[in-house]
Amino acid sequence: MGNQLSGIVFDIKKFAIHDGPGIRTTIFLKGCPLSCWWCHNPESQQLEPQKYLTGPNFQEIIGKTMNVAEVMNEILKDRIFYDESDGGVTFSGGEPFMQPKYLAKLLDECKKQGLHTVVDTSGYVSWEILEPMLSNIDLFLYDLKLIDNESHKKYTGVDNHEILNNLIRLIENHQNVHIRIPIIPSITDSEANLVSIKNYLKQVHFTGDISLLSYNTFGIRKYKQLGCEYRLTNLKPPTSERMQEIRNFFLKTFPNCKIGG
Amino acid sequence: MNERIHRLREQSVSTQPELSIERAKLITEFYQNHENQQYPTPIMRALAFRHILENKEICINEGELIVGERGPAPLATPTYPEICCHTLKDLDILHNRPKISFKVTEETKKLTQSVILPFWKGKSIRDKIFSEMDQEWIAAYKAGVFTEFMEQRAPGHTVAGKQVFQKGMLDFIKEIQQSISKLDFLNDPEALMKRDQLRAMNIAAEAIIAFAHRYAELARTMANENSALDPQRKRELLQIAEICDWVPAHTPRNFWEALQHYWFIHLGVITELNTWDSFNPGRLDQNLFPFYQKELAEGKWDEEFARELLQAFWIKFNNQPAPPKVGVTAEESNTYTDFCNINIGGLKADGSDGTNPLSYMILDTIQQMRILQPSSNVQISKKTPDRLLMRALDIIKTGFGQPSIFNCDAIIQELLRQGKDLVEARLSGASGCVEVGAFGKEAYILTGYFNIVKVLEITLHNGFDSRTQKQIGPRTGENDTFENYEAFFEAFKKQLAYFIDIKIKGNQIIEQLWARELPAVFLSIIIEDCIKKGKDYNAGGARYNSNYIQMVGMGSISDSLAAIKKYVFDEKSLTLNELVNILDKNFEGYHDFRHKLINDTPKYGNDDDYADRFAQEVFDVLFDLVDGRPNSKGGHYRINLLPTTVHVYFGSVIGATPDGREAMMPLSEGISPVQGADIKGPTAVLKSAAKLDHLRTGGTLLNQKFNPSLLQEESGLIKVLHLIRSYFKMDGHHIQFNVVDAATLRAAQKNPEQYRNLIVRVAGYSDYFINLGQKLQEEIIRRTEHQNF
Repeated sequence: MGNQLSGIVFDIKKFAIHDGPGIRTTIFLKGCPLSCWWCHNPESQQLEPQKYLTGPNFQEIIGKTMNVAEVMNEILKDRIFYDESDGGVTFSGGEPFMQPKYLAKLLDECKKQGLHTVVDTSGYVSWEILEPMLSNIDLFLYDLKLIDNESHKKYTGVDNHEILNNLIRLIENHQNVHIRIPIIPSITDSEANLVSIKNYLKQVHFTGDISLLSYNTFGIRKYKQLGCEYRLTNLKPPTSERMQEIRNFFLKTFPNCKIGG
Repeated sequence: MNERIHRLREQSVSTQPELSIERAKLITEFYQNHENQQYPTPIMRALAFRHILENKEICINEGELIVGERGPAPLATPTYPEICCHTLKDLDILHNRPKISFKVTEETKKLTQSVILPFWKGKSIRDKIFSEMDQEWIAAYKAGVFTEFMEQRAPGHTVAGKQVFQKGMLDFIKEIQQSISKLDFLNDPEALMKRDQLRAMNIAAEAIIAFAHRYAELARTMANENSALDPQRKRELLQIAEICDWVPAHTPRNFWEALQHYWFIHLGVITELNTWDSFNPGRLDQNLFPFYQKELAEGKWDEEFARELLQAFWIKFNNQPAPPKVGVTAEESNTYTDFCNINIGGLKADGSDGTNPLSYMILDTIQQMRILQPSSNVQISKKTPDRLLMRALDIIKTGFGQPSIFNCDAIIQELLRQGKDLVEARLSGASGCVEVGAFGKEAYILTGYFNIVKVLEITLHNGFDSRTQKQIGPRTGENDTFENYEAFFEAFKKQLAYFIDIKIKGNQIIEQLWARELPAVFLSIIIEDCIKKGKDYNAGGARYNSNYIQMVGMGSISDSLAAIKKYVFDEKSLTLNELVNILDKNFEGYHDFRHKLINDTPKYGNDDDYADRFAQEVFDVLFDLVDGRPNSKGGHYRINLLPTTVHVYFGSVIGATPDGREAMMPLSEGISPVQGADIKGPTAVLKSAAKLDHLRTGGTLLNQKFNPSLLQEESGLIKVLHLIRSYFKMDGHHIQFNVVDAATLRAAQKNPEQYRNLIVRVAGYSDYFINLGQKLQEEIIRRTEHQNF
């Protein structure tokens, strides 16, 4: 019965190589409680399928209803590549925990198949939802954006208390966590924010990997196609020198800090 | 790369290939002498071979360490009028065509007109082949249903086994004499023919020794005559003289001699006839290993000098462009590359990993030389260390398509299925583009490309070819008579069977013509068991004799059949006649329908079982029609799936197709999906490609294009390594990569002069991008580029 459970998927990417170890398939679940100004997947934010213009007379529907069996069928097609490369499956979004039952069932099925699982999350989810799934998640890709709550609210639309608390609990629970910090010039790369992130991670005894993700402008086009406004016009991606500088700042405390996923 | 190698390389890369009339003149002179025509054919051919080697101009280029050119100078490319006698118009085309041209001098034209043409007209094997073919063959050939490999190039398609490096010509002569002494004139009705053949081989063996001695003499003269000569060069020349005195007469004694020994044999093969795929030293790291070990043990190994020798060896290959091709042969294989494809890695006779220090040294050479010829590949077994594959990927990421990557374990199974024993299979590999054969023991002849998609078009017109306006196939049914997809597919099968029969029948005749008219007596010396059997390579002398028909358009046919099944028979949204009508109009006025065909139809290459099934079904039909049929040399027919450049030509003879392809556009190549149809990334492509049964072929070709950013970092390279290992776990035969982005290719089209050195992977070989025809350039740009996700 559970395999008939449906959810909304907005993309399935095979040969995903930046979303965890090895060769992976990334399942992008639709819907996100955040609305980050820099989001390069704005089509992922709304939970329901939506229209997307691909040309003057062409439109596509973003978001497809798929049941668990259908998703598993796609996932298992690339099993030989996961086996060879120690890869697996990554659930991303949107915010995958926005469809908790669906995600839980998918994780469960993946584990039955012996697959390595990664969840790429904003951390904005209640612990009660997250906790029961922990044993089925091998690795979290966990976003840390802004430590100051007011700024976090301004640029993502939500409070960061839950995000920071969940991170502490994950670390206390000995979960594998890989921190990802989006470097958005003038927003997340202020000295104050970077220092706060570093102090915070030190304080919670984080010792794992950190990735610095450079701001990119790939998503701008999509805002137009969705008929939404993009609020970061004219913002340029950080230079590679700047990225290196930030990496050096973290390296002293976190030797596993690198640029890129 | 030191200064002299740099200079020799530069000379090789920048010299415009020129047509040399020397060989044509010598062979004509020889044949014009009536006395020579009295000899039995093999002996006459051996004497002709000797005549060329005795009289051709020889040169030792400045600073060279490995000596010997096929023509009078590097890149001076001979012609073979006994095979294909070029007309004056051919010469003009060769001289003036924008791509793959050969400079033709006035003297060459004059000689052609006054001597060569009058003598050879009607006598060349090309003329004889076309006059022997029946109407059905000619009609199918003209329509573009298949090509014919042997109409202006000789059968070759073979590779040196290790014995070539272990024996001198004097050893072979001994074997020849023994074989003659064992002839049983009492009981063997062919004994006389065998003696002629063996005597001819003897003459050819002596001729190559004498040829080497000419070089020895020249080197000595150069060393001694010029008193101003640099003393180091003088020492080198004297050593070259000594080497040429010794090889190829005797077994080489060291690394340098081994390379020079092979090179003389290579020159012998490609001077005797214009063999396809020139010739090939095979498992070079394995074949050279004993010399390396010996020098190491004796304390004589000089690694730096050995590297220089390998580089010098590489340049010799690049100095010999593929003999000038015209007509359909130029269309199917339009490149200067002559397909010598050097094998690295693989397994040893005992089944253990064959990787050795020379494997890495040869890979270094490939990277440093970065030239078109020779081609190269790594043979990857499950036992091959990742280090070798990573080193290969490290070169591939620099974007010149070399080396290509083969699944050695699959090749072994393919050869076993064809009847070779396990040790022979382990000592073999791939040559040409992707073809398998028993190295040193097999004539594995590619007989021509077969245009699967053209046959679909002919089926859709009830046997009629709209382009040549002829009924060329049987009437297998009007389009409105097919009640279901299966009935339609049955008609397609009948057409395939009909044209494959025509192709094979033609092959049998052509094969026998070659055996009778142009035996390859020199090549026969070095391929086992020609001496033992007293039989020529072209007449079945080799231990194994396979003929291949190379199937082209797997992706295109699969997607076309999927569209027919879905729209005509399943959804019934239009009739077959309506579909054909739209195709005949080349989609004019049916833009939206074409959009649907391209975007809303299941496509091969996306790991979609529904779409991939069509490729599997066509594969099975072709396999059943071809595999195991006897050739005229005691061997069998096999299929393989590769295109060189013929997918462009084959596309140019077909109107629009149901996969949404417009008229005249190229077909898909190898077993790669239709350009741009694979949208699910490389893992899906590999899964789809692996659904074909590679082990029942003699080679398949899969191209993948990656954006350079994907391979920039080691982590990306490792993922590609895993992709390859996974594909090989699924028994994939071969994979090759273009690591280049579309923007670069577009820029090269705009400003070719700035991109002279841009080398891309075409299909089984690499070529300068600017040397490719416009259509082929576009085709490569349209191939799906896997991104850095």
